[in-house]
Amino acid sequence: MDLNQLTAHELLAKLNSQETSLKAVMDSLYARIHKVEPKVNAYIRRQELKDFTGNSTSGFLKGLPITIKDNICTEGISTECCSKILQGFRPPYDATVIKKLKESGATIFPIKANMDEFAFGSSTENSYFGVTHNPWNLDCVPGGSSGGSAAAVANDEAIWALGSDTGGSIRQPASFCGVVGLKPTYGRVSRFGLIAFASSLDQIGPITKDVQDAAILMGIICGHDSKDSTSVNQGTPNYTKSLHGDIKGLKIGIPKEYFVEGMDAEVKVIIEEAIEKLKTLGATTKQVSLPHTDYAVAVYYIIATAEASSNLARFDGVQYGYRAQSDNLIQMYKSTRAEGFGQEAKRRIILGTFALSHGYYDAYYLRALKVRTLIKQDFDKVFQDFDCIVTPTSPTSAFKIGERVQDPLKMYLSDIYTISVNLAGIPAISVPCGFTKKGLPVGLQIMAKPFDEEMLFRVAHAFEQNTDWHKIKPKI
Amino acid sequence: MSIDKETINHVAHLARIELQPNELEKLSGELHAILGFIDKLSNLNVEQVKPASHILPISNVLREDQPHISLFPQKALENAPSKKGNFFSVPKIIE
Repeated sequence: MDLNQLTAHELLAKLNSQETSLKAVMDSLYARIHKVEPKVNAYIRRQELKDFTGNSTSGFLKGLPITIKDNICTEGISTECCSKILQGFRPPYDATVIKKLKESGATIFPIKANMDEFAFGSSTENSYFGVTHNPWNLDCVPGGSSGGSAAAVANDEAIWALGSDTGGSIRQPASFCGVVGLKPTYGRVSRFGLIAFASSLDQIGPITKDVQDAAILMGIICGHDSKDSTSVNQGTPNYTKSLHGDIKGLKIGIPKEYFVEGMDAEVKVIIEEAIEKLKTLGATTKQVSLPHTDYAVAVYYIIATAEASSNLARFDGVQYGYRAQSDNLIQMYKSTRAEGFGQEAKRRIILGTFALSHGYYDAYYLRALKVRTLIKQDFDKVFQDFDCIVTPTSPTSAFKIGERVQDPLKMYLSDIYTISVNLAGIPAISVPCGFTKKGLPVGLQIMAKPFDEEMLFRVAHAFEQNTDWHKIKPKI
Repeated sequence: MSIDKETINHVAHLARIELQPNELEKLSGELHAILGFIDKLSNLNVEQVKPASHILPISNVLREDQPHISLFPQKALENAPSKKGNFFSVPKIIE
């Protein structure tokens, strides 16, 4: 195997024993990127990828590179949320997760991963820099919005990556690309330096080739940050201790609302087989109910767009990015935003502004917040009796590029199994659990109670170590 | 609930986005479909339910009021589309 195909923990072992060098790792990554990127487009601004001149650092990551989604601020490296309106923006500071990674000895990869503009999307088709292609089938989307991160990891163009997840944007692309993706508990990872989409839902998380890498990466990025008032002081657990493989006696809930019409028949069979596997490993499963599941997408598209409309008010052509020319200030704002935002961004800003506007606030926004309470209570109740919940990550495998762009509502429904997790603030992971007959990956989603990421790692690792899905590579 | 074009234009003005006539036409149909879907929330009785404005049981988070160094003006202005001295520059707003 080439070095770029290895996991971070495998590479660290080789670097520690001096079996290989950081330069050799970088060379293999660059070679892969130059070979496959014209077909995949997982990275943006490829022309800025200059010859690597960095050195191995003293931190335990030994200079190992990590790929970063384009909405996480990296000092001196362009961070544009794949939007024209942030064209050329080079942050004057690092996000807290980037600072932590550098302190641990990571090299921040000099070009960023593609994404839907401002993370608005489930397919990476809404990027100003063009669509990313799924490495398993170039005619299909990689999922989104962290589609670039997931495709790069799946296709060995990255060792590991960071994404962000507001309604499924880490887990759904991880599922579509056959890699591991984790959405941490709300408050577990600092959002300082993550360009905000919906502040009550956003979390940064790992996208990796296996569960062990996800556990290592989470250990680095988690923890309290005084710069994010919603980050919680819960310490920084050693997540790798959860990777012992024993899930005997664990109680797993299977929500009946997730196995209804709309789910692809092939996906259903694959998920059922995965659940059987967990049983043979000693877990017990029982059907449970999350009765307000059917309302989650509606609640999400009010709360997420309302928060987005407020967060995106800052892009007005004054402090950074694109500015349209006008002698009149209001007209300058209006033209800048008309020319700078893509169609999906405009749609969401207008929907969110509407939901918050006078006369509609109670009917939409306030009502959505109340139903959010009901959705959270559904989970609280199940977690009184169960250790975790298992579901599909997505109702289908990767869909064709262009298939859903003309129908925003259909696109929104791609996130039907992932959205509730963000609304309830709980953590969830997606792990590869099989392939469709056409060779597209399917992901298994595991959810746990707040701040119990250890449970996710424990179950996901046990499943992974008893299956071979994560070892299969796309052939490009 | 539905949304007419006049409302969309008003909301777009509030959001400071100039819409082209063809965009307005397209948005009108799309928002109609999305709001129709969202209307399912009115099936629920939520009178007694408290809104989840925040998912964590924390509030009024403050940190020690200690001075520290923040971004220097020159660095903060590096990305400005237009600047004069130590300031962001915008079109004149006073007649």
